[in-house]
Amino acid sequence: MLLIRCPFCEEERPEVEFRYAGEAHVVRAADPMGESDEAWAGYLYLRTNPKGWHAERWHHVHGCGRFFNAVRHTMSDRIVSTYKPGEARPEPDDAQGTGEAAR
Amino acid sequence: MKRERMAATAEQFRMAVGGRIDRGQRLSFTFDGITYTGHPGDTLASALLANGVHLVGRSFKYHRPRGILSAGSEEPNALVTVKRDWRRVTPNLRATEVELYDGLVAESQNRWPSLERDAASLNDRLSALLPAGFYYKTFMGPKGFGRVGRSAWKQVYEPAIRRMAGLGKAPIEADPDRYASRFAHCDVLVAGGGPAGLAAALAAAEAGSSVILADEQAEIGGSLLAETHIKIDGTPAWDWVGRTLQRLAGYDRVLLLPRTTVFGAYPDQMFGLAERISDHLAEPDPVLPRERLWQVRAKKIVLATGAIERPLVFPDNDRPGIMLAGAVETYLHRYGVLAGTRAVVVTACDEAYGVARDLAGHGVRVEAIVDVREEAGDGGRELVRTAGTRVIGNATVLGTTGRHRVSAVNVEFGRVRESLACDVVLMSAGWQPTLHLFSQMRGKLRWSDDEQALMPIASLENVHLAGAAARAGASVRAALGSGHAAGEAASKASGKSIAVASPPLADVDDRVEASPRPPARSARVADGRAFVDFQNDVTSKDIRLAAREGFRSVEHVKRYTTSGMATDQGKTSNVNALGVMAGALDTDLAALGHTTFRAPFTPVTFGTLAGSARGVLFDPVRRTPIDPSARERGAIFEAVGQWERARFFPRVGEDMHSAVARECRTARSSVGVFDASTLGKIEVVGPDAATFLDRMYVNGLAKLPVGRCRYAIMLNEAGFVMDDGIVARMAPDRFHVTTTTGGAARVLAHMEDYLQTEFTDLACWLTSVTEQWGVIAVQGPRARELLMPLVEDVDLSSSALPHMGLAEGRVLGVPMRLFRVSFTGELGYEINVPAGFARGVWDEIAKQAEAIGGALYGTEAMHVLRAEKGYIIVGQESDGTVIPRDLGLPMGAGKRDFVGKRSLARPDMQKTDRPGLVGLECVDDGGPLDEGAQLTQRPDPPAGTPASGYVTSSYASPLLGRPIALALVNGGRARMGEVLYAPMPVGARKVRVVAPVFYDPEGARLNA
Repeated sequence: MLLIRCPFCEEERPEVEFRYAGEAHVVRAADPMGESDEAWAGYLYLRTNPKGWHAERWHHVHGCGRFFNAVRHTMSDRIVSTYKPGEARPEPDDAQGTGEAAR
Repeated sequence: MKRERMAATAEQFRMAVGGRIDRGQRLSFTFDGITYTGHPGDTLASALLANGVHLVGRSFKYHRPRGILSAGSEEPNALVTVKRDWRRVTPNLRATEVELYDGLVAESQNRWPSLERDAASLNDRLSALLPAGFYYKTFMGPKGFGRVGRSAWKQVYEPAIRRMAGLGKAPIEADPDRYASRFAHCDVLVAGGGPAGLAAALAAAEAGSSVILADEQAEIGGSLLAETHIKIDGTPAWDWVGRTLQRLAGYDRVLLLPRTTVFGAYPDQMFGLAERISDHLAEPDPVLPRERLWQVRAKKIVLATGAIERPLVFPDNDRPGIMLAGAVETYLHRYGVLAGTRAVVVTACDEAYGVARDLAGHGVRVEAIVDVREEAGDGGRELVRTAGTRVIGNATVLGTTGRHRVSAVNVEFGRVRESLACDVVLMSAGWQPTLHLFSQMRGKLRWSDDEQALMPIASLENVHLAGAAARAGASVRAALGSGHAAGEAASKASGKSIAVASPPLADVDDRVEASPRPPARSARVADGRAFVDFQNDVTSKDIRLAAREGFRSVEHVKRYTTSGMATDQGKTSNVNALGVMAGALDTDLAALGHTTFRAPFTPVTFGTLAGSARGVLFDPVRRTPIDPSARERGAIFEAVGQWERARFFPRVGEDMHSAVARECRTARSSVGVFDASTLGKIEVVGPDAATFLDRMYVNGLAKLPVGRCRYAIMLNEAGFVMDDGIVARMAPDRFHVTTTTGGAARVLAHMEDYLQTEFTDLACWLTSVTEQWGVIAVQGPRARELLMPLVEDVDLSSSALPHMGLAEGRVLGVPMRLFRVSFTGELGYEINVPAGFARGVWDEIAKQAEAIGGALYGTEAMHVLRAEKGYIIVGQESDGTVIPRDLGLPMGAGKRDFVGKRSLARPDMQKTDRPGLVGLECVDDGGPLDEGAQLTQRPDPPAGTPASGYVTSSYASPLLGRPIALALVNGGRARMGEVLYAPMPVGARKVRVVAPVFYDPEGARLNA
């Protein structure tokens, strides 16, 4: 079971307190009606699905109730950092997520 | 009647002295109906061996006689069923782990009619017909056997094979035992309590760490429990174990867990431990749980899990009496049992020489040591020099003889062939460190020619290896040293570094320096049936066959031959299988790789994993505050998600059909009272609450006046209907929003998501108040008349409180929020009162309703009433792919944005053949249609015809006296009047498409 640090509670808590909420930094257009069908479909359905670092949203549903972002490595599940919405996405270097350090 | 049979002679292979058993107490047990004796400290296996019983089971596929191979959890052969009482029957237990208690009843498995005379042992003679992959090759036809669509495999072969091949039988009765569960945290978890584990735990505890030491055996001590030669810190090994355990127990921060297996490693240093609490007791205290699951979060783990000895692969290496050398040594020193009187040792390593020496020292005639290595080292020979034991070097084992017990080993050396008579064979191909947990933690292993074992390629950040798990064949001295170092290092890494004493010291270094060993694959093997995986009956031939047939990946060979796939997960066989495969493919073992180790290390009962989460505790049941009253009135309940809801309130002599019909008629003609407390409720408060809701729902809500309600549809961003409910404006900055019963949590999360991450400019707060309000729906033409005398401060007249109006006041003296809303099509009110008052208010309203001819109604009547009016239920009339227009609902007007709006403008949403909500009228005179039935244009559509739609709701309407149904039909209302069919197994039903509102389409009754 993963340990996840909630940036609002500032505590590391077990995974069961949280719910995954999809990829982070997917921006909803300020004027959706001004978007082309193609652009809107991309916003709705296209995700990066990387093998490597992934910025994603988590919801502290059984805690403070806040949504926040985490950067997790999709191979090792290692979460390198969590941060509040609106903050810049950290860019970890590749070595931090792979290899034996995973867990 | 079962005959009581006594063993002929009692414990004739038990030595007069020695071992850790308590000779002062005698325990009686039965195996296959015969009574034997043993002592406290025995396992079932050691007690059977003490009585000369080697034949304990039949193999999985060929039903070959099998004996006890090992002395631990790696045992592949000696699987037994233990019967405590008629409800407590546990199959597939390893006799080597079952602790003896007085009155224990054990039975062998997979044999009929008896272990000695097993009818299915014919399979062994037919083995040529049952090669690797025989499932896939032999049982292919004939096709079209019997009934259409059922193959010969399903009907004939599989049932026969399942009967024949197999292990113990699963118990039939419900498990009567209790299982517990605990969470724990520690600095250092030590897995394994042998010399390395004890030294590690001691060092970690001294350094200030909190420590959990778990060992799978009854007694902590590991290999030291079979150690009689060595002194540690000046005292005999057994005394040192006792003193060390005492010292550890003296620390508050140390938890000792015997009978506890660390079975799995999970992300972020979480470990699963299974503790066996009462299975070993003759009469367990009924308050004790049977087993306990520990979920331990450990900063660091010390793996002191030891090593597992590898059998040698030679023809007929599976006869009872052929055992692992180390196991024979354990039975000798720990249990005081001689595995036989005349031994042959077959070995590819030096350690087995030491066992031969010990056996000879206890009067066993060691016929010969057969060394299969081309060049054996001197280390082994040195050990047996004084005893003068015969050593046959550079030998090939041709096979063995003996039906139910080995009687001879046939060997070839030089040009000589010789048959060596014996009643026990000790074999050893070396040791494989037990690195299952390391591998589970994604540690990478590779074959090492130096160590002749799979070894870690690199270390893991939070893992410390110690003892034989770090290096196969580590001496006690080395194990103590590496354990101490690991414990100290783990402590330091977890932030605890008080200075510790020097490591415990063994007086001699008993490591036999490993002489060059041949890799497993070059051990010289004669032709014949040489078993690699004992539990799944996989021979070296099977693996070579897989290689010939083109299998190259170890994972594929594993699945094709089933090697390593039994309940023991190949603990004794995996390395040998790799060796045979490397030989067959003429490749390097290091290049071949290995199969993945997975949790659990040994089987864990479902009871342990489930813990208390079973029966009523499996999933918490939610009940409304009115629930007890409904029960007293004899309501029949149904599960709706986690809720239990009153389905109907039968009166004397009524079945469900007649009760529901009466409830519906009463609500239409008089008044019905319904518990709607399960509705989700969210209070939305703040200066921007109206703007926020305006963006979350299709229906404009910004201009909703205070004191009014509006029916509102919520979409997801893709434009599909996700929920509906009533939005009531209590004040300019305060809304009471209801959701569907099942959607409450989802809707709140959805709202929070947008509020926190998209509409961050809005000042608004969301609070779930589902549990705070009890909701009583009062519906029917006499609803107003019923409530009039019960409410205060509220004018119920239609002019003051019209349909979709709301008021605050009191009912029976209790503060309420009163909504004039209807889910029945009748004049209706929903009374919200604080949950604590709900039952009292309900009881009084129910009493008054019945006094004027009204009735309580349940969810079933609620469904019928709303379907007659064509009111949808989200999740029933919608399936996650419908948009509001499909349901005949507004699509949102004007320029304002709301969630899902842009998606409604996509081209797919404009198509005219989208599914649309319609009503269905049965043209035949049958009963209600089946919900979910597909609708087609022909009564007998050929296979592959796409459906025109499907039935979403279907009921018998008491009002109309005929069945009604709602459906989603492609093209929707444009097909009004069209005839469709619902093909069913009994024949197609004929239906006509009609409007989805069957009753009062003008809505006159709502506004009464």
